[in-house]
Amino acid sequence: MSLLRYESQVRPALVEGDKDYHQITEDICRPVEARPSKTWWICFIISVLFLAFGILSVTMEVIYGTGQWNLNKTIGWGWDITNFVWWVGIGHAGTLISAILLLFRQGWRTGVNRAAEAMTIFAVMCAGQFPIWHMGRVWNAFFVLPYPNTRGPLWVNFNSPLLWDVFAISTYFTVSLLFWYVGLIPDLATVRDRVTGKWQKKLYGIFSFGWRGSAKEWQRFESLSLILAGLAAPLVLSVHTIVSFDFATSVIPGWHTTIFPPYFVAGAIFSGFAMVLTLMLVARKLLKLEDYITIAHIESMNKVIVLTGSIVGVAYITELFMSWYSGSPYEGYAFRNRVSGPYWWAYWTMMTCNVISPQFFWVQSLRRNVIFTFILSIFINIGMWFERFVIIVISLHRDMLPSAWSYYVPTWVEVTIFIGTLGFFMTCFLLFVKVAPVVAVAEVKSILKTSGDQYITKSSEQVEAEINQLAQSTGHYESLIKPQYDDE
Amino acid sequence: MNSKHSKRILYGLYEDEEILLKAVKNARAEGLKIWNCLTPFPVHGLDQALGLKDTRLHTAGFVFGATGTITALTFMSWVNTVSYPINFGGKPNLSLPAFIPVTFELTVLFASVGMVLLYLFINRLAPGTEPDILDPRTTSHLFLMGFEIDDSTSQSQINDVRRVLQETGAVEIAEKNIEEEEDGAIRQIF
Repeated sequence: MSLLRYESQVRPALVEGDKDYHQITEDICRPVEARPSKTWWICFIISVLFLAFGILSVTMEVIYGTGQWNLNKTIGWGWDITNFVWWVGIGHAGTLISAILLLFRQGWRTGVNRAAEAMTIFAVMCAGQFPIWHMGRVWNAFFVLPYPNTRGPLWVNFNSPLLWDVFAISTYFTVSLLFWYVGLIPDLATVRDRVTGKWQKKLYGIFSFGWRGSAKEWQRFESLSLILAGLAAPLVLSVHTIVSFDFATSVIPGWHTTIFPPYFVAGAIFSGFAMVLTLMLVARKLLKLEDYITIAHIESMNKVIVLTGSIVGVAYITELFMSWYSGSPYEGYAFRNRVSGPYWWAYWTMMTCNVISPQFFWVQSLRRNVIFTFILSIFINIGMWFERFVIIVISLHRDMLPSAWSYYVPTWVEVTIFIGTLGFFMTCFLLFVKVAPVVAVAEVKSILKTSGDQYITKSSEQVEAEINQLAQSTGHYESLIKPQYDDE
Repeated sequence: MNSKHSKRILYGLYEDEEILLKAVKNARAEGLKIWNCLTPFPVHGLDQALGLKDTRLHTAGFVFGATGTITALTFMSWVNTVSYPINFGGKPNLSLPAFIPVTFELTVLFASVGMVLLYLFINRLAPGTEPDILDPRTTSHLFLMGFEIDDSTSQSQINDVRRVLQETGAVEIAEKNIEEEEDGAIRQIF
């Protein structure tokens, strides 16, 4: 199983500060065991207030119907679906980091994967709400499930991308949750064996499922992680592909393009990494995890951002080119209207934030600058929200019938539902930071020998020599140096 | 179900996984039967060193996944051709390309959920399970190699174990009674 821990000698250290295993446990468990700080309480109260706003607006919407929103016959999808796609996109980074980077054997994922996976789960929970509130009569939401009923039975339409979405999002949520929790069990056991409070011990005992860390448990754990990663990797790609089918399989000019699946997936990874950076840059500072989420981690993520940001940029330009090259007047108009129509400001916000801003990351000193990265990640979050707004609202507001052309401004209910999901997301994340180790403790320990700063400069012979020295200090040098191997 | 029974474990604690690996190899070379090793993170090569069989979890995953594929395809085909065929402008009812996304999702869903449930079962992981912990530091920074001792174990065997633990660099050696269940047929297969 050595294939999962190959690490080049030229890679930067991923664990800094000359740590040993005990120190890693101490550092990462400290925020969980300490009392919440004042900053944490301030953030938490603000998040809960945002969430309360959201609950109020959702209640209004459920009682009075979607008439509370400014959607009309022309613009049937507005902030709701924009927010849905935005949140799903953000939910892509976690599983990408933990699954695809596991398969690519990227050691740096261990510092950020746990928090990114948690973020994924909360983001998908936010995303999943929007189609439900959009239904209007939410008490009938279960109609999207194929269950035997007295209406025929009338089944759901398996040929519809909207139904594919139901399956994609719910599968993605379930698999991400399982993947996250399976990885969390050993770390919760670490906390269980450390906490002293009676209730804490009881609760961590329940949630760590009785993990002991025996050789067989770990063997199965590794096998399961690898296969779940193998399953989750195409799943991540499929989810946003299917979300893009919602648009691509329709006949609306501006939506009906084959470029959508790869373009949406790249955009999702782009926005997901931006959100991971936004959160982790704050979390590493507040929780004092700079030795585990290092500048090398930030730089690696910024490289992914410049790659996916450029893919997104190429996709925008390809769309413009194809609208001219296709010779279709409707397609051509749709894109001329995006660039210079009534919503030109949304298009140019998107272009500035998504295409121009990530290009700064070609410069190494900017990739390694924490403040700059934080500001840019906010820009990308905004830009990616506008991308979805541009695709959805601009394409709809000029439809085939000029007398139906319209303009759309959201009501406060639509805005506060979105703010409410931001509150929900932050509330969940803050609670997670308080109850579980934010960095995967066991995984960081498993890369220490290959990526710890005290090991990285040494060759394997030097490490071997040190171990022998350690063995010598125990006074039984001979038996360790000349073990009788029995691997026949 | 197998009932729990008490075991006496003589164990040594090590500070480094490489020392533990060498200790395991040494102990086995001496012909000692190791009860188990507890480590804070997966130690690569430990399963081979202990002579553990490979897990068959991945095979189960394939079977679960295939079940998902078949379920999705047969169900959607049955719905669209037998239960409630609808005429969509004369298009074929059995439109396989349109079934692919849902089939893929259900394959992944069945494989993941099935594997995780099986994994929890074979590892005896469930909320409320309280294992007997030999040393709480084994989930943090110490590596444990343990040997089972019962009435049939002679004093010279115990001395052998203690000597090997000492020689291989254990920083602490202790004995403790724990309750443990024997593995049934399913747990042995996987």
